[in-house]
Amino acid sequence: MWSRLVWLGLRAPLGGRQGFTSKADPQGSGRITAQVIEHLERLALVDFGSREAVARLEKAIAFADRLRAVDTDGVEPMESVLEDRCLYLRSDNVVEGNCADELLQNSHRVVEEYFVAPPGNISLPKRDEQEPFPHS
Amino acid sequence: MAAPMLRWVGRGRRWTFAQVDGGSCHRREAPTGFTSNRIRGQSSVAQQPLYTTQKPRKGEHKWAAVVGLEIHAQISSNSKLFSGSQVRFSAPPNSLVSFFDASLPGTLPVLNRRCVEAAVMTGLALNCHINKKSLFDRKHYFYADLPAGYQITQQRLPIAVNGSLTYGICAGKKQSQVIPKTVRIKQIQLEQDSGKSLHDDLRSQTLIDLNRAGVGLLEVVLEPDLSCGEEAATAVRELQLILQALGTSQANMAEGQLRVDANISVHHPGEPLGVRTEVKNLNSIRFLAKAIDYEIQRQINELENGGEILNETRSFHYQLGCTMSMRDKEGKQDYRFMPEPNLPPLVLYDATSLPADADPQQVINIDQIRETLPELPSVTRERLVQQYGMLLEHSFTLLNEVGLLEFFQNVIKETRAEPKKVTSWVLNTFLGYLKQQNLAVSESPVTPSALAELLDLLDSRTISSAAAKQVFEEMWKREGKTPGQIVSEKQLELMEDRGALEQLCHSMMEAHPQVVMDLKEGNPRAINKLIGLVRKATQNRADPAMIKEILEKKLSS
Repeated sequence: MWSRLVWLGLRAPLGGRQGFTSKADPQGSGRITAQVIEHLERLALVDFGSREAVARLEKAIAFADRLRAVDTDGVEPMESVLEDRCLYLRSDNVVEGNCADELLQNSHRVVEEYFVAPPGNISLPKRDEQEPFPHS
Repeated sequence: MAAPMLRWVGRGRRWTFAQVDGGSCHRREAPTGFTSNRIRGQSSVAQQPLYTTQKPRKGEHKWAAVVGLEIHAQISSNSKLFSGSQVRFSAPPNSLVSFFDASLPGTLPVLNRRCVEAAVMTGLALNCHINKKSLFDRKHYFYADLPAGYQITQQRLPIAVNGSLTYGICAGKKQSQVIPKTVRIKQIQLEQDSGKSLHDDLRSQTLIDLNRAGVGLLEVVLEPDLSCGEEAATAVRELQLILQALGTSQANMAEGQLRVDANISVHHPGEPLGVRTEVKNLNSIRFLAKAIDYEIQRQINELENGGEILNETRSFHYQLGCTMSMRDKEGKQDYRFMPEPNLPPLVLYDATSLPADADPQQVINIDQIRETLPELPSVTRERLVQQYGMLLEHSFTLLNEVGLLEFFQNVIKETRAEPKKVTSWVLNTFLGYLKQQNLAVSESPVTPSALAELLDLLDSRTISSAAAKQVFEEMWKREGKTPGQIVSEKQLELMEDRGALEQLCHSMMEAHPQVVMDLKEGNPRAINKLIGLVRKATQNRADPAMIKEILEKKLSS
């Protein structure tokens, strides 16, 4: 649920490229720390509003962890389930666009054919500034 | 502490490289003052690009700067990278946006063939290894001009890797030596551009135009082989010329078709690399060099004063000539890269691997693209040197100025004059006038045909060299007169009548007996005075060589 809509100000990429497992849960701990929740909320703008939501997350991770039971030594990982398909190449012709009116109907606020968004740089308040939420 | 400023010499539109003080990485022979008043300043190449601080402390530690660039070039194509909406610089807001670009649910990306070809061409021109299989990924972050919440890019396996870009730094006593330098290219990848945000601080809102969202970009990542602003600017200029020659991007920085971010750090040679900062908002080649040199000096000063460098993003403010922190409190961004689930791997072929029954529209043959690559700037320069006998530095100037090469070639086509004469007139006289009035080649009042006609008159000895300069000045006034017309109006034709000239010489000699006496007594240089007098009398319409010949004949008789 979106309890508030906030925008992360800066999109400036700092430092190098991240690998895929950026914040891996400590293996087999099953316990998600408040720091991880805060980090996920900031990254995904998802509100883990309740204890149940966190518990669901922990169960989901445990479910996925069962993959580790499979021995994948020496097996080349797939890129995606589409990897054997042909990537279709489209000719460079203009066939779309010119539907500003239709698109702008989706926006809550519009100014002269521009979408209106809040100004950048509203940062997510820190965890301790928010209403406290029961966390063991 | 004064930041090293690259002084923009000459009021021409083209930024030229003139280093001013000790902050440059290519050390000058004369350490103080700017000694040259030509368009290019002096500098000499050091063994190793090094900086010294403004006030040398005990033990004068030398600093070395390390600069890495990330360059985004907008691909020149009709439609966008993953959708069929149009790519155009200016259009009514949100009119060039498809449902996919607006990230409406149920839309899928469809790859544009032209963008892939552009990436392969660029990779080949930059000596890269083209990956026969490359992958697309999603890079997640939130910003209003990125409606999907992620950008489709190629993080794991880009389309081209391990290339090189060679550029030439002008150095030597008269900037006449061109030193080739190379910067390695880490990779080239295809990615989407984001939309544009217009910040309305008054009403505390941001206006979003998605016309640019989804346009294809080539990201060219350079290894940190560069060490100062001049090198970075030259390398970027060369890349611009290459992209324009290939036609893969118009690479116009002012229109945002070429954007550069710089990663800068300093360290003592031999010690580990320092903390780097990223500098953004560099929208011209000139500011690129300025910003990098400023940041290098700022870091040196900070460290010399016992401070530390934060790993942050800074923005260049061109009015103030400095970089300022973008006040980032978020720390390192986590982009949560994941494979793009809607796109299979991109597979490219070459002559050997091309399947026999393949639909030509659906396959891309690297070898075929390699064969159809147009002439690259470095090859063009070599050809100019070989074909027209000009110096390498001249070829650099011809290519560096927008439209100048075409102008030059058009003059060559229409004139009988020698190529060296044409080169000299185009690079010295023509370019000099342009620079003086801050005009681009396209704004020149003199057309290639007009200059060709003038050079023909000179070549056929109808007018003298000095007269030609006069005619050129008249031509520049835009009065619509041809060189021929100006010559007859101002009666600038060389005197054909030898008899009349002999008469004139005779009367000059009679009028100045002392000079004649001087000559007869053995002062050979006195003849120049006589020649000067005769020339003046003919209003520059006589060939000085002929005057001299006649006078000498008379004197010896």
